[in-house]
Amino acid sequence: MSERAIRLKVNGREYQRTVEVRKTLADFLREDLELTGTHLGCEHGVCGACTIVMDGEAVRSCLLFAVQADGAELLTVEGLAEGEALHPIQEAFWEHHGLQCGFCTPGFLMTLYCFLRDRPRPSEAEIREALAGNLCRCTGYQNIVLAAKAAAEKLAATGR
Amino acid sequence: MAGLIGASIKRKEDPRLLTGRGRYVADLRLPGMLHAAVLRSPHPHARLRATDASAARALPGVVAVITARDLGPVGRIPVRLGPRPSLEACLQPPLASDRVRYVGEPIAVVVAASRYLAEDALERITVGYEPLPAAVDARLAAEAGAPALHEALGGNVVERLLTQSGDVAGALAAADRRIRERFVVQRHTGVPMETRGLVAAYDAGTRLLTVWGVAKVPHWNRRVLAELLDHPEHLIRVVELEVGGGFGVRGEFYPEDLLVPWAAMRLGRPVQWVEDRREHLMAANHSREQLHDVEIGVRRDGTILALHDRFLADLGAYIRTHGVIVPELTAALLPGPYRIRNYRCEVLCVLTNKTPTGTYRGPGRFEGTFVRERLVDMVAGALGLDPAEVRRRNFIQPEEMPYEVGGAALGQPTVYDCGNYPGAFETALAAIDYKAVREEQAAARRQGRHLGIGLGCVVEKAGLGPWEYARVEVDGSGQVTVYSGAASVGQGLETTLAQICGEELGLPAEAITVIHGDSALVPFGIGAFASRGAMVAGGAVLEASRRLRAKILALAARLLEARGDDLVLDHGRVHVRGAPGRALGLRDLARAAAPGQPFPPGMEPGLSAQHFFEAPRMSYPYGTHAAVVEVDAETGQVALLKYVIAYDVGRAINPAIVAGQFVGGLAQGIGGALYEELVYDADGQLLTTTFMDYLLPTAMETPAGVVAKILEETPTPLHPLGSKGAGEGGSSGAGAAIANAVADALAPFGVVVNALPLSPDRLLRLILNPGSG
Amino acid sequence: MKPPPFEYHAPPSLEEALTLLREHGDEAKALAGGQSLVPLLNFRLARPRHLIDLNRIPSLDYIREDDGALAVGAMTRQRAVERSPLVRERCPLLAEAMPLVGHFQIRNRGTVGGSLAHADPAAELPAVVTALRGTLVARRAGRQRVIPAERFFVAYLTTALEPDELLVEARFPAPPPRSGSAFLEVSRRHGDFALVGVAAVVTLDEGGVLTHAALALTGVGPTPVLAEEAARVLVGDRPTPQAFEAAARKVSEGLRPDADLHASAEYRRHVAGVLARRALARAVEQAGGGAR
Repeated sequence: MSERAIRLKVNGREYQRTVEVRKTLADFLREDLELTGTHLGCEHGVCGACTIVMDGEAVRSCLLFAVQADGAELLTVEGLAEGEALHPIQEAFWEHHGLQCGFCTPGFLMTLYCFLRDRPRPSEAEIREALAGNLCRCTGYQNIVLAAKAAAEKLAATGR
Repeated sequence: MAGLIGASIKRKEDPRLLTGRGRYVADLRLPGMLHAAVLRSPHPHARLRATDASAARALPGVVAVITARDLGPVGRIPVRLGPRPSLEACLQPPLASDRVRYVGEPIAVVVAASRYLAEDALERITVGYEPLPAAVDARLAAEAGAPALHEALGGNVVERLLTQSGDVAGALAAADRRIRERFVVQRHTGVPMETRGLVAAYDAGTRLLTVWGVAKVPHWNRRVLAELLDHPEHLIRVVELEVGGGFGVRGEFYPEDLLVPWAAMRLGRPVQWVEDRREHLMAANHSREQLHDVEIGVRRDGTILALHDRFLADLGAYIRTHGVIVPELTAALLPGPYRIRNYRCEVLCVLTNKTPTGTYRGPGRFEGTFVRERLVDMVAGALGLDPAEVRRRNFIQPEEMPYEVGGAALGQPTVYDCGNYPGAFETALAAIDYKAVREEQAAARRQGRHLGIGLGCVVEKAGLGPWEYARVEVDGSGQVTVYSGAASVGQGLETTLAQICGEELGLPAEAITVIHGDSALVPFGIGAFASRGAMVAGGAVLEASRRLRAKILALAARLLEARGDDLVLDHGRVHVRGAPGRALGLRDLARAAAPGQPFPPGMEPGLSAQHFFEAPRMSYPYGTHAAVVEVDAETGQVALLKYVIAYDVGRAINPAIVAGQFVGGLAQGIGGALYEELVYDADGQLLTTTFMDYLLPTAMETPAGVVAKILEETPTPLHPLGSKGAGEGGSSGAGAAIANAVADALAPFGVVVNALPLSPDRLLRLILNPGSG
Repeated sequence: MKPPPFEYHAPPSLEEALTLLREHGDEAKALAGGQSLVPLLNFRLARPRHLIDLNRIPSLDYIREDDGALAVGAMTRQRAVERSPLVRERCPLLAEAMPLVGHFQIRNRGTVGGSLAHADPAAELPAVVTALRGTLVARRAGRQRVIPAERFFVAYLTTALEPDELLVEARFPAPPPRSGSAFLEVSRRHGDFALVGVAAVVTLDEGGVLTHAALALTGVGPTPVLAEEAARVLVGDRPTPQAFEAAARKVSEGLRPDADLHASAEYRRHVAGVLARRALARAVEQAGGGAR
């Protein structure tokens, strides 16, 4: 059988779809759910552009099949902002020029979402290590690290 | 609004990019859209026999398999920069017909209901190959008797370039000291995070062909497409979407830029093609591969008397849109910031059975700066002088500007317009605390640790013309829109141009819409490359904005019955100075400028102005890189401890964006110095086709606390604001500075550092076998 | 790079998984964390007709003490091991090596069993289990067997597992008192596979003499290499720099590494010795006997 019915929650919304079993989760999000904010940079698990949050953990959606997300709860970049109000991490990136072409950015945001939740007061060295699984070709990372520090402070201030 | 120019305002682009609402070409979906995949040659050199696609066509969901026979006679991809008759014999056809010349060359295109199905179909196409001997090493390829790629060429040397000034032979003979060395810069390239892609759709009724996903040079590509398709240019619309990085590599006209629109026209359905990473590494332009044999002659005190360079440029299997511009630029800028009256550079442009090449950020400068700056350090070492002192003794001084270097590139003689090289140099040394690092180095040596400091002085070219177009318009609702012929590659073009316009029209950047890259909206344009955005595109926007401002004030003067110089334009309104009640908003003025309204004689209806900013001469930004490294001599690993870039851009429109360009470029330079290489085996197979083998630096490989000093000491007279380009300064000096730092660290071992990348394997080999080079 | 077609199965129990494996034999591949397998599928380098997803099996995810050893279920996520206080306490070598495996997003999905069964020649976990003389528990329908680490890694990307067998548990013996360990590696970038990696384990007696030493290397051969000669020269000696140097030389001499894109054979041989020396010094320090 090459198709399966799946049921999952993405950004707080329930979805039911039928998918080809070999379809990756990244392609499913982008094509079937039209959530194109998750990007594909390599499709072999190195660049991190496809990073999303699945059941609370940052994962590479290019290395998962959609059928594996049956019953799961996902968060993608489209679920970070609340209406027009940016998430503190997004705000921090904007304020600190943490992006240029923007292609890698959703992956960095989702990685930081999980990392800062688990490590609210990181040192620069810890930030750089946590970000080492996300490639950026435009910024040289310096402003991303500054944005991460600023995001940590914002989150601490709002008690999130 | 005063104060916008020079302000690090937040970027207009960011909100949509941060929320995942930026639309890149892979995100575009059209009803009925099909998906393409390209069959690529697995052989570096082979004759093509029969192609059997029947099994592929029979697969459910496969709509078409297109080969060269289906295309029929179609032209080849032309040279964009510096066409020459000698290059005609080696241009690339969109699909190989009887011969393939590099691994990755397109042979056929499958169009199917999904990319998954298209890839299934690729595997079912049978191609008969008759492998031929491959010319892989450029040195061997240049020799008589090597396998020839293009018979009409009679060998693989497609062009010889010569740059010379003064009397090199005589000066070398008179030198106190001569140093010869061979330098190798490895094949590597831009590798943006977004791979290439296109969507094409054809309306058979209106005959309008639309192509999304263009970048860099949209108008030029449109013209080429019109010619190759034999379709009227005005019936082709190209549209740029968000662009995930360019670096010189994305946006040039590739085979797929013909194939995808052709397929859409033939099939009558939209076609999307998005390459995967493996394809990108083997099919998008490679760059940088050069082999230099160079000799320098100096006086005892370190003064450079002569420079003689002979180098091979490995250009790959075909000449594509960049012609031989990269070797040309290398030769033109090799002397750098030093006074070298006797200079000779001979270049052999060689074809090999590898991926074709083009420009990559700072083309010719990353390579040439590495060669020249390593040589300067070798001179210092041979003479027992401090490398900083040798540079000081050779810098061209500000009062010598404009300075004729003696060569030429891109159709103009290389004449430095302005520059204070010593100024940037001392700034960098102070920022890295050169003296303190030398002391630290001595202390570290006593502990058996190997610290090194390296310098790299850069002179580049920027602001390439010949022109750029802009139109600024106030519409009937009072909204201001800038139309620019430039293109975005993610560098913050919208924000920068909005700042320039906003300063003139008294509006915040957020209130200005910037449109670019859509040929239906912007009829003329050159594009984004060669660090021309702020300078040439910005210049066009500036002049257009000034003209529009003048028109606004003239119209307002008439309507408010006031004198022009009594009027203030600010916050979207014109008011009489001292009488804020006597005012008109931009909306009122736009409506007053409609036909039929009374307005000043000689003035045309409509509140807009356009300008072609002409840039017949390039500007030459410059700067100094300084790097501190520590080398683990037992493992060959290099840690970057400190890095400083001091670079003069004349006038920074948005300093945060400029600094971001420096730091971003530096990361690519670090990649080129230490990690990145496109490796071919002896048979011409590309071995680095994944991100596990082609190593991009991460946040762990880039140093913390990079100091990027933006200098505005020498605004260029070639631009109304004095702005030069900033896009390439971050990468160009990194190979040099890091290599010099590593050589400095390992000086006690007597190693010769003359090849990149400085991988742990290479360094350990040098340490264990000094003099092996 | 889209994967080729396959049949997908998500058995809810180990028994059903084993039944499926027996049914489909070498036309089937087990999907654990997917961080190694899915790239191969995307590259179309692996083309199983049947993919058996193990992620719905609840019984293979555990970390516990069992009879003096640390028992880790094969489907335990690497991230759980990294965060586990029990692992830190009972198996410091494993705790030290874990953060070097890829990046945290990979460890969120990657499993201990998956990494061991995949047996990449430059992976960290195979060297860890080899240095500790651990055992691997394999199950097939109706039979369970325990395979010592030295016999588990057979050839390049090949383990002793039969096509119808699944790795269900990895067991790491607890070190005796006055033991120390260290894991060091050289890689091109942080998180990459090791060019060379060394896992060192030592035990000292009350007089500070080495009673046990083990050095397992990764990246220097198709399977992890246990440097037994080097360990032999150490046992019975005091842990001095000279002793480490002698052991390091033995390590290098005994290696016949392959070359690849990233490092030559000579590089690997030389650096193996360097890392062995450094790892021994660290391990001894941890054991409480600094080399004087």
